[in-house]
Amino acid sequence: MKKLLIALVTLVPSLVFAAGPEVPLDKAEVDLHDKASLQRGAQLYMNYCLGCHQLQYHRYNRTFEDLGIPQELGEENLQFTGNKAGDRITNNMNPESAANWFGTAVPDLTNVARVRGADWIYTYLRSFYKDDSRPFGVNNAVFPNVGMPHVLQELQGLPEKTYEERLIDGEMEDVYVGIETDGSGRLSESEYDQAMLDLTAFLVYTGEPMLLEQRRIGWFVFGFLLVFTILAWLLKKEFWKDLK
Amino acid sequence: MFKRFVEWMDARIPMTKTWNIHLAQYPAPKNFNMWYVFGFLATIVLINQILTGVWLTMNYVPSAEGAFASVEYIMRDVEYGWLLRYMHSTGASAFFVVVYLHMFRGMMYGSYQKPRELIWLFGMFIFLVLMAEAFMGYLLPWGQMSYWGAQVIISLFGAIPVIGDDLTLWIRGDYVISGATLNRFFALHVIALPLVLVILVFLHIVALHEVGSNNPDGIDTKKPKGSVPDEEKPKFKFHERFTNKKDIVDSIPFFPYYIIKDLFGFGVFLFLFCYVIFFNPEMGGFFLEPPNFEPANPLKTPEHIAPVWYFTPFYAILRAVPDKLFGVILMFAAIVFLALLPWLDRGRVRSIRYRSLLHKLNLGVFAISFVVLGYLGTQPATPVATIFAQIFTFLYFAFFGLLWFYSKREKTKPVPERVTSK
Amino acid sequence: MSNAPVDKGRRRFLTVATSVVGGAGAVAVAVPFIASWNPSAKAKNAGAPVEVNIRKAEPGQLVRVKWRGKPVWVVRRTPDMLEELGDIEDKLRDPNSQEPQQPPYAANQYRSIKEEFFVAVGICTHLGCSPSYLASGMGEHVEGVESGFFCPCHGSKFDVAGRVFQGVPAPLNLVVPPHYFIDDNTILVGEDKGQA
Repeated sequence: MKKLLIALVTLVPSLVFAAGPEVPLDKAEVDLHDKASLQRGAQLYMNYCLGCHQLQYHRYNRTFEDLGIPQELGEENLQFTGNKAGDRITNNMNPESAANWFGTAVPDLTNVARVRGADWIYTYLRSFYKDDSRPFGVNNAVFPNVGMPHVLQELQGLPEKTYEERLIDGEMEDVYVGIETDGSGRLSESEYDQAMLDLTAFLVYTGEPMLLEQRRIGWFVFGFLLVFTILAWLLKKEFWKDLK
Repeated sequence: MFKRFVEWMDARIPMTKTWNIHLAQYPAPKNFNMWYVFGFLATIVLINQILTGVWLTMNYVPSAEGAFASVEYIMRDVEYGWLLRYMHSTGASAFFVVVYLHMFRGMMYGSYQKPRELIWLFGMFIFLVLMAEAFMGYLLPWGQMSYWGAQVIISLFGAIPVIGDDLTLWIRGDYVISGATLNRFFALHVIALPLVLVILVFLHIVALHEVGSNNPDGIDTKKPKGSVPDEEKPKFKFHERFTNKKDIVDSIPFFPYYIIKDLFGFGVFLFLFCYVIFFNPEMGGFFLEPPNFEPANPLKTPEHIAPVWYFTPFYAILRAVPDKLFGVILMFAAIVFLALLPWLDRGRVRSIRYRSLLHKLNLGVFAISFVVLGYLGTQPATPVATIFAQIFTFLYFAFFGLLWFYSKREKTKPVPERVTSK
Repeated sequence: MSNAPVDKGRRRFLTVATSVVGGAGAVAVAVPFIASWNPSAKAKNAGAPVEVNIRKAEPGQLVRVKWRGKPVWVVRRTPDMLEELGDIEDKLRDPNSQEPQQPPYAANQYRSIKEEFFVAVGICTHLGCSPSYLASGMGEHVEGVESGFFCPCHGSKFDVAGRVFQGVPAPLNLVVPPHYFIDDNTILVGEDKGQA
């Protein structure tokens, strides 16, 4: 029995890590209270992503309201597809022709943060690299053989995989250490990272637009429960005195 | 005014009488511990599920085209729709948490033993219907896990010889899971099974109140009529239905004493329940699985399919067996053996407190096996994991075999005459 | 089972306090259930104010638009029609728009912001049918009146300012929805001016 338990304890971590991804994910420090970050993220999304990826379950005016964007400003700067403010965030791409262009259906991204997690998105956005064997000339370290071009190349520049020679088991081997841009983009590396964090934050928001309200109500509920449970405890003690 | 109303009612329907028999003058053993709160909690969760469920149907669209979008509509466009949905999804998992603990309580204190076999059986039927209810409900959001989870579970029926393939076809109503499957599951989930569930819960309680509650000492608190001197009888008034035939000892009225105690337990439970709803509705992917936020795609299976946590112990048993048919049989056997407990346990002593060390170990190993199998069921079936699943499947079933074997001539401790609480 | 004296005051206080707090909790739980019946974001957005382009409307013409699922009329009235409105007041139930069937800025003889353009919800105040617009030929229903609205369901009659005639089933004038002129060619139906 004891041996079994020990075996089990040693087994558990190996099982957990067996399912993990190959590229370690960077932590996305998303702050949903940072409205400015979310607004920048929304702007990036509408400019670079919405052409292909819809947010078809979410609405423009809800986004404006939650992100503190005045409606008129939002309509002018963030709505490009001829939609009204009350409409859902969609594009006019025909899904069938899209499937032909990219070899796969283009996913809706409303809930992508709930499917993949913020860290995954943040790392994915910063993991494109030059790969001439691919149809769009780029590949992605987090999502191998991804079917989309690097649409943010004008911001990041053309990234390439970098390797470092390391001594492994007595032999020199090239080890993948990360991605470096050729510097042809409009943003510096840290600016690009910040922009991608903004974009990630925006997608975290679209996944759970009610999150802040949910937390706020949650604290009220806890406060209420504290009072209720203490009262119920005192009441129970009071009545159970009968049995002593 | 109120008194007149009660009199008016009582002349027409047994209102006060029912209240007295089942609550105010119902004798409950005075030594219930915290394990006895889960029946009450299960009832509360059932009410929560019915109410939030009814409200969800007001905006849910049961069609393959509209289901996923309608859930997102509830989450985003309907006022407080997210709260109703999280109450329902969290309630589903909470239901199984309290029901598993409730069942384990019954196993510890021998609540399934004579004369409570029927209560146990009704309970097992509730458990079965609950699993069907949860399984069908999980298809409704029409996400990737909904779809592929249902695919896997329905395929289990294909293991039945001869009729298997036709049976799965009949259950789905299509060559794959489709809108037809979704519609029938919706109908069963929102009306048929809840109705059965409520009736079974009613029978479970009727049967319980006929024989009376067990207690952590596993001894009778209803003694033969005339065997207890008056000064040892409790000072409370119990309904004559109970006192006519037996002398009641060590008991207190269910109302107000246990209602109040349960209320406190309810408060504690709500802390956990509301933590999940407001701060962690996905519960790390155990209550709401991440791939389920993607709409069902019949052409693409998620990388790793695992059923929701409450099915995983049985799923692990299924996977532990290399043969499809035998795996399915074993999985159902895992539930059937539980149902047969009243007859597999041939002992006379109910409570674990007075049973042999062997029994304590046996039950402990059983509980550990259940938890470990549950964990293994959530993980990918690597060869090592499969070996472990086989070991713990063996231990799970060994519990029943051993119990049957030793319970006949078990070395038990002396059982007290009266309950042992202060 | 001792018979220690029971502190009745404390017991009552705790019972009442727990009941009140528990009751408040139950009320709070009811809030999401009740609130979820309000119009959803989808319904609200579908019921958002509508712009009506009136540049091409001919004198005497009725433009029909949908607002909150209901027909809304914009009638460009001719000078003859406007003149008629002043002559028929003795035949009307509420000629001066005393009943609150219109925003304050339309509580005038013409029941409109600009005399020429009449905006109304095209639903009879009797039982909810949509009356027909008669640019001419209303005389068939009311003697000496040239134009107005006639409800085919139960024969209710209104003039071209939506004011109800006497002796018909409809009790009230037609509803004028909140609206304003964005510019000379466009009316926004569903919102008062200056309201965000």
